[in-house]
Amino acid sequence: MDWSIVADALPKFALGLQVTLALLAASVVTGLALSIPLAVARVSARRWLAWPVLGFTYALRGTPLLVQLFMIYFGLAQFAWLRDSLVWPLFKSAWFCSWMALSLNTTAYTTEMLAGALRATPHGELEAARAAGMGPGTVLRRILLPGALRRALPQYGNEVVLMLHATSLASTVSLVELTRVARDVYEDHFVVTEAFGTVGVFYFVLTFLLVGGFRLLERRYLRHLAPKRAGADLGMKPA
Amino acid sequence: MPGGPFLGGYGPALLGGLAATLQIAAASLAVATVFGLLGAFAKLSGNTALRGVAATYTTLIRGVPELLLLLAVFYGGQTGLNALGGLFGWDYIDVNPFVAGVLTLGFIFGAYLTETFRGAMLAIPRGQAEAAQAFGFAPWRVLWRITLPQMVRHAIPGFANNWLVMLKATALVSVIGLDDVVHRAGLAAAATRQPFTFYAALAVIYLGITSLSLLALKALNRRFSLGVRTAEL
Repeated sequence: MDWSIVADALPKFALGLQVTLALLAASVVTGLALSIPLAVARVSARRWLAWPVLGFTYALRGTPLLVQLFMIYFGLAQFAWLRDSLVWPLFKSAWFCSWMALSLNTTAYTTEMLAGALRATPHGELEAARAAGMGPGTVLRRILLPGALRRALPQYGNEVVLMLHATSLASTVSLVELTRVARDVYEDHFVVTEAFGTVGVFYFVLTFLLVGGFRLLERRYLRHLAPKRAGADLGMKPA
Repeated sequence: MPGGPFLGGYGPALLGGLAATLQIAAASLAVATVFGLLGAFAKLSGNTALRGVAATYTTLIRGVPELLLLLAVFYGGQTGLNALGGLFGWDYIDVNPFVAGVLTLGFIFGAYLTETFRGAMLAIPRGQAEAAQAFGFAPWRVLWRITLPQMVRHAIPGFANNWLVMLKATALVSVIGLDDVVHRAGLAAAATRQPFTFYAALAVIYLGITSLSLLALKALNRRFSLGVRTAEL
């Protein structure tokens, strides 16, 4: 194991790490923001709202992310009206296309997750809210969404970890994130362990941090589901 | 569509690539099932060392992206095999991307299937194995006649999910140069300067396979759940 190669390539690794984290953060934020209204539409009783969203999630969950990425990065160049438009510089960039593909993909998965969580709302909560006189908007804001986000938290943590792994696909459209740096270092020195092993360790640590972070969030937001510790005093005095 | 019917004449070529994709998916599933069963037995065994090895396996694999592992195995395999070959004076060996892809994907999804099979085995009431032992069944017979058949029913949802994820992951093998459907679509796109058309066709092909898989898995689920009562909602 040649540590000098690793040391020399450290600036490259740092840059790749930056790009990976930026891509992950941007995609996760966009995905979550888009998926909340889509999830509400998905569980709506109005079929004209629910079915298009179902079509969207079915298409995006049923096809590989790599294909979706290629469609956006390579595919959209086919359209002359896009090439001549003002937004073309955006669609030429690997970062923008990777962000778009990842965001759409995570939107689809998160929408289904949140839709399931919304459907799992205990009916009593809904009844009580309506009995208290809350309008549909207020019920959504104060009862349905907080509950659903809480319920979906463990699954969502998993999804964010999968998103981290998905950022490595951006290397195939020449975005210089961690996996691309690994390939570059390999192609420079033909050393597998130093190149791929180091990047593997980076990803592993990031995964570990994400899982830990979500576990902390779960401890805070799903505290009511945690097992009661032995001897927990409920504050009741003996008779 | 200019150039003729059926995707400008590239249709049959695309479908040829599809055969390679399906072969990889099926082979990887087989390898993953083997790794998954071994891993599940290791995790449920009484041997601490075995449990540790299995835990390391699943944790490491799930902490690293598939593409990275695929590249590492492909390039590492090349380098390792050729270093070995250098010792014996062999010529330069090209690692077959098919083999590299199948072994890597099988290894990766074996980790996910370990968890699925482990959960499925834990879902079987202990009384089943105990009763079998009381009847004098040898341990392997308990496994073969009692545990495994019941495990299949519990494992189907997780197995189905892993199959669908792995099917989509086979697209990654095109990155290490396998002549599969993604690669063919890329070639056709470059030749006709119509990337969107061909990648969209590719998406439709994958969507078709996914839909067929979902139907088949639903039927399988029904077959293995005969006689099981579910909660009346």
